[in-house]
Amino acid sequence: MSVQDVKFYQTGTFTVGNRLLLETERAVQANMRRTNSLNSGHRACQGCGEALGARYAIDAAMYATGNRVMAANATGCLEVFSTPYPETSWQIPWIHSLFGNAAAVASGMAAAMRVKGRKDVRVIAQGGDGGTTDIGFGCLSGMFERNDDVLYICYDNEAYMNTGVQRSSATPPAARTATTMAVGKHPGNVFGTGKNVPLIAMAHHIPFVATASVANLHDLEDKVTRAMAIEGARYIHIHVPCPLGWGSAPADTIKVARMAVESGLFPVFEAEYGEITARQTIRRRVPVEEYLKLQRRFAHLFGKTPDLVTIAHIQATADRNIRVFGLAP
Amino acid sequence: MLKQIEGSQAIAQAIALCRPEVICAYPITPQTHIVEGLGEMVKDGSLENCEFINVESEFAALSVAIGSSAAGARSYTATASQGILYMAEAVYNAAGLGLPIVMTIGNRAIGAPINIWNDHSDSMALRDAGWIQLYAETNQEAADLHIQAFRLAEELSCPVMVCVDGFILTHAYERIDIPTQKQVDDYLPPFVPVQILDVDDPVSMGAMVGPEAFMEVRYLQHHKQQRALALIPALAKEFRERFGRDSGGLLRTYHCEDAETIIVALGSVNGTIKEAVDEMRAAGKRVGSLSICSFRPFPLDEVRDALRRARRVVVLEKSLAVGIGGMLSEGVRNALSGISLKGHTVIAGLGGRAITQKALVDLLDSAARGELAHLNFLDLRWDVVKREINREQAVRRTGPLAENILRDLGTVADRIG
Repeated sequence: MSVQDVKFYQTGTFTVGNRLLLETERAVQANMRRTNSLNSGHRACQGCGEALGARYAIDAAMYATGNRVMAANATGCLEVFSTPYPETSWQIPWIHSLFGNAAAVASGMAAAMRVKGRKDVRVIAQGGDGGTTDIGFGCLSGMFERNDDVLYICYDNEAYMNTGVQRSSATPPAARTATTMAVGKHPGNVFGTGKNVPLIAMAHHIPFVATASVANLHDLEDKVTRAMAIEGARYIHIHVPCPLGWGSAPADTIKVARMAVESGLFPVFEAEYGEITARQTIRRRVPVEEYLKLQRRFAHLFGKTPDLVTIAHIQATADRNIRVFGLAP
Repeated sequence: MLKQIEGSQAIAQAIALCRPEVICAYPITPQTHIVEGLGEMVKDGSLENCEFINVESEFAALSVAIGSSAAGARSYTATASQGILYMAEAVYNAAGLGLPIVMTIGNRAIGAPINIWNDHSDSMALRDAGWIQLYAETNQEAADLHIQAFRLAEELSCPVMVCVDGFILTHAYERIDIPTQKQVDDYLPPFVPVQILDVDDPVSMGAMVGPEAFMEVRYLQHHKQQRALALIPALAKEFRERFGRDSGGLLRTYHCEDAETIIVALGSVNGTIKEAVDEMRAAGKRVGSLSICSFRPFPLDEVRDALRRARRVVVLEKSLAVGIGGMLSEGVRNALSGISLKGHTVIAGLGGRAITQKALVDLLDSAARGELAHLNFLDLRWDVVKREINREQAVRRTGPLAENILRDLGTVADRIG
């Protein structure tokens, strides 16, 4: 009898179709009883990667805990578009305190649950890259090093979008923002700056660190689900394109996110106790130009005379990621 | 039970009797002994059902307390000086959210120049953040005020700061009556929050509020503090009935009834002030003193009543509102609406400068003689100040100001109070 390989993804997109999977392996979002943790009617922009990532992440967390989850949210787009009173979109207990303290507030919530013997209730902190990698970094590191029972989710759209697209320490080199203007000899954000918070999180030797992308929502759900089964400090860093800030088409959010992964610019991996345990290898590698060209924040690289030196510099970053994180198939 | 005990330890024991569920600790002199004391009780098991969390900053300390309080746990932290400034954003936030956190301030000066000694600059800087502020006169009162503070905070769903003079109280050993657990349990019921993060009844807390409702939200913070004006004396009265001693209340008068000159102050300096009043009364001088415990809310009516019959008021402040004088004076002046008497502000004790009985007697005598200026600086060394001012006029590059002064002074040990 001849054997035929079953392809679990559709041609071209690499997206696994739910109908081909066992029910237990299907996406949380495919479930009829999905909770819509971040309900419709909120005020995010068209094509918002953060709204998409947040709904999938928190839905998965609700599913994994039997809806026993509460969240602390940093100031930022997610906080503003989801909640102006009395129009909250959140279906879970949710608190916004300040820009820089979401991790600490979550630590307090976890402490309250611990002291009250509510082991069933789990706590999530979430924020954008500004609230995570910059202003909230001290509280984040504190929560990590104490190994507090909190899952921190960073929705990384690579700049301060809520205040009007200013540079953060997650803004990539050459990107135009309101504070790294596309003018002068070296337009856009400077090279050799920024920080990799997933790697810094790993340096705290916490039980679980992962990166994820809205281009692979099943993987995102899976990581959140597994994170909710772990006690202690956990960190998931989700790459979420921002059409407004990046100057990409709202319809291209998933495409842009996928290009970031497939170019090697956003490595998708996971780590336990400081050691990388899995990575998403790149099945169809694309040159960085394909990713950059979709976004007006890099338009200054592609004028009449393309800035080949800068593009090569960015390509070298992608190549290095592929080498360092072992992303080649 | 009577114990010969350090102020900080007495405060720690009083807080432990209040059954706190989450305590956030970050070291800063001079409050540190309080959280150390609590931490030891949690670790040795004598304080049960309590999470003691070593955080990475004061900003985190109060932020953790915000999270735990919002999740329904009785929450406590302590800080001082730079610490309260570092957590300033969270101080406003806790009040805006209406979370009944209790926080001790071990009052200390604010730099630069860095200084670990006592004054009230720290709590004064956050006086308008929406927290109730109670100032302790003695270590007994410091311990007792914390028990009242949890009750007050939770009844109003409003955070309370208990301000305790750094070193003067926090590090002083005195005989303190530590109540029994039953006494405190009878006085302070378990925490029943008015709002809580609950998976069975989800709410969103801390969302954005626009111009259509923000003023009303702010007004209601003020309304809470107006309610506190009635609640603080009521809680002090109940405390007296249960514990058998006076602690707290809005304010306390001392020989004010027939006084021509009344001196007003916050905190432990009232002990020295009473000694000065006793000395002057013995010499037939009609002086009195007014110790204000509740600075926020500020008891305007009660202060007015206390000062109504006096001819002059001297407000002694342990903080300088640079450019105007003092914030306690501003409250007292507000209280004087409708009555007419002469008012003086005296800035004293900054950065731990000793406030002596003799200096206070001289001060009140000069007020009675009509020789006291509107704004005064007690025991300020004018020669030192003038020398620096002259230097600044003569030289552009004068260098660090504080160092110049210390070089001029030569030795420093004899200047520390």
